[in-house]
Amino acid sequence: MELLAGAFIYLVSAVIAVPLAHRLGLGSVLGYLIAGIVIGPAFGLVGAETEEVMHFAEFGVVMMLFLVGLELQPFMLWRMRAQLLGLGGLQVVATAVLLALAALLIGLTWQASVAVGMILALSSTAIVLQTLNEKGWMKAPAGRSAFSVLLFQDIAVIPMLALLPLLAIGDPTPAHLGDHGHASGIAHWPEWVQAIAILSVIAGIIAAGRFLIRPVFRFVAEARLREVFTAAALLLVVGIALAMDAIGLSPALGTFLAGVVLSDSEYRHELESDIAPFKGLLLGLFFISVGAGIDFGLLFGQPLQIFGLVLAVMAIKLTVLLALGRAFGLPGSDTWLFGLGLAQAGEFAFVLFGVALTGGVIVLAEAQMLTVIVTVSMLATPLLFIVYERVIAPRAAVGVTRDADTIEEWGPVVIAGVGRFGQIVSRFLIANGQKVIVLDHDPALIEMLRKFGLKTYYGDATRPDLLHAAGLEQARIFVAALDDAEAQTRLVAHVARTYPCVHIIARAHNRQHVYELLEAGAHEVEREMFESALCAGRQALVALGAHPFRAHQLARAFRRHDLQSLEMLHEAWSNGGFDQHYVAAARMRYEELVRLMGSDRSDRHDTSDRGWTPPPKGDAAS
Amino acid sequence: MRVQVLFAHPRSDRSEVNTALAAAARSLPYVTFVDLYAEYPDFDIDVDREQDRLLGHDVVVFQHPVYWYSCPALLKEWQDLVLEHGFAYGSQGRALTGKILMNVVTCGARRETYGYSGANGHELRDFFLPFEKTAHLCRMRWLPPFAVFAAGHALEEGRLEGQVAAYRCLLTALAENRIDLVRAERVNLLSEDLDRLIWPAAPAAEVA
Ligand SMILES: Cc1cc2nc3c(=O)[nH]c(=O)nc-3n(C[C@H](O)[C@H](O)[C@H](O)COP(=O)(O)O)c2cc1C
Repeated sequence: MELLAGAFIYLVSAVIAVPLAHRLGLGSVLGYLIAGIVIGPAFGLVGAETEEVMHFAEFGVVMMLFLVGLELQPFMLWRMRAQLLGLGGLQVVATAVLLALAALLIGLTWQASVAVGMILALSSTAIVLQTLNEKGWMKAPAGRSAFSVLLFQDIAVIPMLALLPLLAIGDPTPAHLGDHGHASGIAHWPEWVQAIAILSVIAGIIAAGRFLIRPVFRFVAEARLREVFTAAALLLVVGIALAMDAIGLSPALGTFLAGVVLSDSEYRHELESDIAPFKGLLLGLFFISVGAGIDFGLLFGQPLQIFGLVLAVMAIKLTVLLALGRAFGLPGSDTWLFGLGLAQAGEFAFVLFGVALTGGVIVLAEAQMLTVIVTVSMLATPLLFIVYERVIAPRAAVGVTRDADTIEEWGPVVIAGVGRFGQIVSRFLIANGQKVIVLDHDPALIEMLRKFGLKTYYGDATRPDLLHAAGLEQARIFVAALDDAEAQTRLVAHVARTYPCVHIIARAHNRQHVYELLEAGAHEVEREMFESALCAGRQALVALGAHPFRAHQLARAFRRHDLQSLEMLHEAWSNGGFDQHYVAAARMRYEELVRLMGSDRSDRHDTSDRGWTPPPKGDAAS
Repeated sequence: MRVQVLFAHPRSDRSEVNTALAAAARSLPYVTFVDLYAEYPDFDIDVDREQDRLLGHDVVVFQHPVYWYSCPALLKEWQDLVLEHGFAYGSQGRALTGKILMNVVTCGARRETYGYSGANGHELRDFFLPFEKTAHLCRMRWLPPFAVFAAGHALEEGRLEGQVAAYRCLLTALAENRIDLVRAERVNLLSEDLDRLIWPAAPAAEVA
């Protein structure tokens, strides 16, 4: 019960604080942090367990990197290599050196200074990526650069972990390193064996992602049990995290790699929508625990000193970031987003201070002080984002064209259902150079289409979260092409309600379905059989001896009349379905059609049969 | 010479004159007859195929009713698409050089409405200036129209049969290269001076 009570408190705080923060335009991160402060230091509802909670919740970061990887195709990563190594490397080294010098100046030992410099050079992946995603800044130059730096930092943690014990003054005791790698099970192996182990695990992840995971997911997907697929997705992430942990590498890095490998698989969107809620909850929990973990006693004991130090740390980081942003050619306001965004210290610090402490590199009082500094700097980050968004970005409003780029990354057209109907729509649009996201829930069909080069994503299109993952928000056109008429109507209704800006084109089963879909909010409805059947009718007329152009004309007239009837009968249908009024109206229209089509050929002036009619023979003027 | 007739009529099911003319053209074994509206009811003209077909013939006859002093839409579309730069015209476009183009047309109006004192104020030939210039730009020779006037009354007035026979004569003479092209280019209407423009058929032995 204690567990449930704890969960209850966390959930209540989140459910109240986050929507409130959102409403106030503060972003979810700040909401969670405030929730944490309220239940932790402010009211003391939660206590010492917050640290454990935080370690558990850090798994959210692992999941987030998996999701980031899913959106990053290998070639994009390769294209980022200069940024990753150059920008990331310079940021870590330059910031670490400056911060270490500053630490020396205020009287820390040189070992402690080096440790503090390195550790504070890192930024908060959790806060920054979450905010960039939430605000849609990930695809902007600043977002990409920030991501490169964060990724490099994630890698840099590994050598830092190796370096910290070397700085130890006393006898280093093996440390508990929480989630971000630790003295792993293979540490006592000879180094070359370790190297081989590491390389083979990474190769294993890539190979499995390429060759093993797809058939496995296909097998799981064919069972058509939603929760089993979710379980498989979680299994994948947890498994990789464990494997990476075993060889002493960052689990976040491992899942990121797996994400990249799976980024062009058909299960990408489904994985995304399965993992995303867990990621969101865990990250939220993580932010709450950061807020709850603030040592208010220390903070209010020496407020000036602490805020002064926070300011100093962030100022140094900001200076380096702004200089690098300029040097790497970021546009004006993007430099600020990049700088302000990454100016805080990150969650890695909590872990690394632990290592430094156990290694005797820093003393307890320093560790506590530093932890508060890190926390406060993280707390300040959402505020800095707000400063950017409200003050800096509006002044540089010239760069608004960026939004369009983001859309392109998704594809302006989302097609649900790739059966006989959806296939033709997607092939036609793709052949015309449109970026199209295609969803279907039949693994065998997807496999087959992939062989023909049509890239399709697995997933039940009637599920709201999958539509969201497919980027429907940014799409311009939604084509609903499901086979199942009822599911189709529900889907259209949902999309029309949730994404009012998206233009909906729907496949209809029959006339009644046309009306249902229109009423559900479709903008355009096509009967799946109408055009092809009309073509067959036209062929038949030609085979019966009609001139092909005449047959074409007649089919055109038939189509026009039928579409008119469809529109005219809509009201009759709305009033009472297929009742006698409808039937009567429909019959009248049909008789009219027969008259129109079968008009007497010998009478060259039947008004219903217009088109290339010469003047009547008796006309004096002719 | 190899003759092809490009026939354009959107309502051939109701046509009296054009169908009769077309049937005559179709029946001649040495004439390639193409019903454009039948081949391209969707206006989706196969340009490569049409250009190949042009290359295989020396005489191109546009057969069509006169609609608003011009031709039906599909024939215009055909010109716009098939007579490409680099094929039909332009410094590299010499595929049609020396070929002959002409219009065989039916008019609703009577002969006397055309001419400078008639209701239309111009000779029928004048309305075909765009065709003439098109032919010349494509380095082709253009012959004045072969026309059936008052087409709506041709059957009742018993003119149709004679016109069909004349058309057959024209096509045969073109195929056998028996038209005096130099004189033909100068006349007002080919249909009115046909006898003077056609050389008599050579003795059978000579043709073979
Ligand atoms: C749309 C349209 C436009 C026409 N424009 C003309 C015209 O400009 N001059 C003219 O003499 N006849 C004109 N006519 C009459 C047609 O030329 C005439 O109906 C046709 O030649 C009859 O041939 P057919 O029996 O083969 O259809 C026009 C007829 C139609 C339907």
